[in-house]
Amino acid sequence: MLTNRSKQVVNKKMTFMERIYLPAILKGLWITLSHLFKKKVSLNYPEVKRTYSPVYRGQHVLKRDEQGRERCTACGLCAVACPAEAITMVAAERTDEDKMNYREEKYAAVYEINMLRCIFCGLCEEACPKEAIFLTDRLVNVEDNRGSFIYGKDKLVESRENPIDISKRQVWSFAGEGKA
Amino acid sequence: MEFSLILEKSILVLILTAITLGIATYLTYGERKVAAFLQDRLGPNRAGIFGIFQPLADAGKMFFKEELIPKNAEKWLFILGPGIAMVTACITSAVIPWGGDLILGGRTISLQVADVDIGILYIMGIVSVGVYGIMIGGWASNNKYSLYGAIRASSQMISYELAMGLALIAVIMMSGDLSLRHIVDEQSGWHGMKWNIFFQPLGFIIFFTCALAETNRAPFDLPECETELIGGYHTEYSSMKLGFYLFAEYINMFISSAVMACIYLGGYNFPGMDAAWFSTHPNWLSMIEVGVMFAKVSFFIFCFMWIRWTLPRFRYDQLMHLGWKGLIPLAIANMVITGGWMLLFGK
Repeated sequence: MLTNRSKQVVNKKMTFMERIYLPAILKGLWITLSHLFKKKVSLNYPEVKRTYSPVYRGQHVLKRDEQGRERCTACGLCAVACPAEAITMVAAERTDEDKMNYREEKYAAVYEINMLRCIFCGLCEEACPKEAIFLTDRLVNVEDNRGSFIYGKDKLVESRENPIDISKRQVWSFAGEGKA
Repeated sequence: MEFSLILEKSILVLILTAITLGIATYLTYGERKVAAFLQDRLGPNRAGIFGIFQPLADAGKMFFKEELIPKNAEKWLFILGPGIAMVTACITSAVIPWGGDLILGGRTISLQVADVDIGILYIMGIVSVGVYGIMIGGWASNNKYSLYGAIRASSQMISYELAMGLALIAVIMMSGDLSLRHIVDEQSGWHGMKWNIFFQPLGFIIFFTCALAETNRAPFDLPECETELIGGYHTEYSSMKLGFYLFAEYINMFISSAVMACIYLGGYNFPGMDAAWFSTHPNWLSMIEVGVMFAKVSFFIFCFMWIRWTLPRFRYDQLMHLGWKGLIPLAIANMVITGGWMLLFGK
């Protein structure tokens, strides 16, 4: 009833044409034959990739600032915001030698996201006051055991040499908000 | 003379067997491609260009799989089953005329291994033996599902063979001969368009439906109905024994397509075959005839696949209902009408 497409079932006696079954078969054959000439929906995956929506939420990245220092201060707001409780972290105090590595005086010594628990809702990104965690358009890799899906800082923090571009999603989200 | 005949026939048999096996191999590829195209997919396209090496990869996989014979299985019958299925599938091609005569070095070479007087009966007989392969395999597996599959296969084949034979009788009455060569030559009138399908449309539909059932193809693939019987009669089979069963199915499909092309679609006859040019070039005529024959066979094979990927499987009672209450009375009626027509109006 919701879709207005429900049909009343009728147990009427079939006509002769319906009972000999052949017209229905030919109709079915015609339908499948017409699909022979339709555009194929499959993509040749590794060569051709499906384009994602600009606001696609994939694997997280922990950003560095302009001077290459980690932005995360291990405040734990992302872990609190996370509905799937996928984020855990251990905070530590920055020493003087580490000033070029961490922006704030407190930093995350351990930062782990369980990619099997994560639902990629993006609430961690919204909760973060330091613009440290972002979701990107990258896919989480396939692993053959559960342990490998717990991503530590080695996989999450972007490298100084090739930072991860997050601008596409951010620009789009912002424009969307503006319109609304 | 005698020796050269044996040599000539041996070469023909070798070529035919090679072609049959090659075609059966590539039918698996064709099946997957047709299935994919009918479902808006691409199908296998990784092994070689357009995936044409896919059948080789599949066969290689089959060879290297672990060979397993269940502990409580009847060992020798278990091995015999796929063998019978494969051999019977291969030897049916002997009586099918693939084209006219070739004239090489003054010798007339018939493009048919054996022009047996009872050609069509031979095929029906061999196909019946093919059921034993399935029955023996299913029974020897000592498995409930296999046995169910085997019983289904045998009762299905027996039921549909009746209607098939009855549909065939009408054609045989028209041609007055059981030899396939003769049946094909009968259809060469009307500039090569006097095909039996125009005289026997109902018989053709019955025969085609029964051919689907005889080769265990969807919508009559109840013997291997995977949703209820796992794999049916080949549940316990693995490696190349399973490969033989699957292979036999494709060979049967190829042969039954050839038989149907011979009986109803004029075999190697084609419109325009009586042109004057051909009388001076009989070898060209024969080559084109072989091509036409294979085109007709390919068409039928495509129909088999097309139907498989269109129609859902019958329920078993529907299958029996269609066979005994639908096709057999229809085939008898067709036979009586044909006989009455011939009695009143002559051939």
